[in-house]
Amino acid sequence: MLTIEDLHVEVAGSPILKGVNLEIKEGETHVLLGPNGGGKTTLLMSIMGLPRYKVTRGKIYFKGEDITNLPPNERAKLGIGIMFQKPPSIRGVKLYQIGEVSLRGKEDGDRIKSYAELLNLINHIDRDLNYGFSGGELKRSELFQLLCQKPDLVLLDEPESGVDLDNISLIGTVINELLNKEDKVKSRKSSGIIVTHTGYILEYVNADKGHVLMDGKIICDGSPRDLFEEVKKHGYGRCTECL
Amino acid sequence: MSIISPSRKEELRKLAELARYKVATYGEDIDISVFEEAEEVKEIDELSKLPPEIQDAAISSGIDITEKERAGSFVQVDHSVIYQKIQSAYRGQIEIMSITDALEKYPELEEYWWKAVRVDQDKYTAHAELYPMHGYFIRVLPGQKVDRAIQACLLLQENARTQNVHNIIMMEEGSSAQIITGCSIAPKVNEGLHIGISEFYIKKNAKLVFTMIHNWADGFHVRPRSGAIVESNGIFINNYILLKPVKSIQSFPTAILEGENSKAMFNSLLYGLKDSKIDVGSRIILRGKNSSGEAISRAIVADSSQIYARGTLIAQNDESKAHLDCRGILFSNDGIMYAIPELLADRAPNSILSHEAAIGPIAEEEIEYLMTRGLSKEEAVSLITQGFMDVEILGLPKHLEDYIRRMIELTQKESM
Ligand SMILES: Nc1ncnc2c1ncn2[C@@H]1O[C@H](COP(=O)(O)OP(=O)(O)O)[C@@H](O)[C@H]1O
Ligand SMILES: [Mg+2]
Repeated sequence: MLTIEDLHVEVAGSPILKGVNLEIKEGETHVLLGPNGGGKTTLLMSIMGLPRYKVTRGKIYFKGEDITNLPPNERAKLGIGIMFQKPPSIRGVKLYQIGEVSLRGKEDGDRIKSYAELLNLINHIDRDLNYGFSGGELKRSELFQLLCQKPDLVLLDEPESGVDLDNISLIGTVINELLNKEDKVKSRKSSGIIVTHTGYILEYVNADKGHVLMDGKIICDGSPRDLFEEVKKHGYGRCTECL
Repeated sequence: MSIISPSRKEELRKLAELARYKVATYGEDIDISVFEEAEEVKEIDELSKLPPEIQDAAISSGIDITEKERAGSFVQVDHSVIYQKIQSAYRGQIEIMSITDALEKYPELEEYWWKAVRVDQDKYTAHAELYPMHGYFIRVLPGQKVDRAIQACLLLQENARTQNVHNIIMMEEGSSAQIITGCSIAPKVNEGLHIGISEFYIKKNAKLVFTMIHNWADGFHVRPRSGAIVESNGIFINNYILLKPVKSIQSFPTAILEGENSKAMFNSLLYGLKDSKIDVGSRIILRGKNSSGEAISRAIVADSSQIYARGTLIAQNDESKAHLDCRGILFSNDGIMYAIPELLADRAPNSILSHEAAIGPIAEEEIEYLMTRGLSKEEAVSLITQGFMDVEILGLPKHLEDYIRRMIELTQKESM
């Protein structure tokens, strides 16, 4: 579904990603671990195609198509969706409006309402998008938009950070829905990349593969739990040995 | 004939004569003498009998020709009042008539005539007094809650004319209503001058939502002069919407909050197009105990337009508060926006006045965010702009809100 080859990305003139290779198959969920500033957000933003993240070398293929130079809206149409770590707020644009945008023509008010209900956002859909939302509300707002959009590749940037324990299982449930975790393993269509710092989300969502991203490179692949145990015990200290 | 007493008439005439050449504080000075007087136009008995191009002009300023969603209508073309009607369900709730008839019928109007606006404020007020050409009188009777909007339409169909109207809007105690006033012109009109005096009296416990939609042309000058006096627990909401080019418009409506707990809100949505010179402000004078106000303006500067957005809050009561919120976006390298918020605490140390003013482009981050949900860059800019021109602040019924939203979309599509 997604193939990344030797990806180099610059942000504001400084090189951040320095040769990332990654392959995600249909139905797979990958977890991306790594220290702060390692480039996890940069990688997701580059897959989504945000213009601030400049690809200086390498290629991104999605469903066999070279998308390296496509704008974000074209990528969204092809089936990529992202949950921002720090989404901006937009005054005057309402949350339900972006729900409609994300539904793209398939809009029906019922679906917007039922997703909002599921995410405890029924009182938020008439409010300005993300404006004055709490940390947890921001995460739920992002997931609401993704539910409307139903992407085939879901990029989740720290879905659990700033979320209290009551809400984390809700967030896990919605992520599982986005990733068709209810379906039989073989018939799953959606793929995902979950960036996590704390790893808590792994108690709610099963991931197939894990990677450690550090200093702009993927330095280690393995089972998500093994990687996370390692990080819990030793931090990223021992990872530097693999650089 | 008006029954304003001869002595008062003489006094007003003298004041107007003295102010005949008095240059206004703001806005470019206009030589009124270049415009001609218009001819008389015949009355009609149904709005659908208006000539088609005049109907279109009325519709584009928010007028409902079918009158389905309206409690009553008033239409003036050039100098002639051609239509006035109250829907049967609303008889006994409201009065709508030409101000000329009202001054004959109600002697007590004398004490309201030039009370909220000064006759000698400038040459335009003076001109309106010296060369009166009707205008409307709308009264909502005590305790009446009018559930449909009342519409008034001031139209010009001849080129290079002046139209001076003087309106009085009287909200009697405990009444509430929505008034929508559309000012518009026939397609062949490019030049001209509209002077509109509007005096609002909001009595105790009354509430008025007044929405003015302007639809002028490249060569047209506009000088509205409005004032409101709000009594205790009264609420005055004044919406102003300008989405078409104009040569120049200058207005600075004032609400005086005399009564306890009185409130005023001014909302302006301004779209500067072509060479429009737009100078629109709002002034709230807080005199009553616990009076409060809000002045919000949203301005988009396109082409080589210039927008001056003024706002003045004056607190004269210790227990009063008001806020001013003025934001602008320049879509063009040739445009100018000048935001001028002013706060004055006048011997009222405990009053609270605040303002936020901001001019700047739409954040790239916001555009990109919407693009990740599938919108093209243009669609994202358009959605954010429509959100910026926030129709919901106007407090209008849904159908009017939708109507104005559609107009903004249209203006935006045409200008981009
Ligand atoms: N807009 C920016 N301008 C300059 N540097 C940036 C910008 N965004 C991110 N960076 C830098 O890129 C590096 C990687 O950041 P990021 O991808 O956010 O890491 P992570 O998500 O793994 O914490 C950091 O050193 C960060 O400071
Ligand atoms: Mg990050």
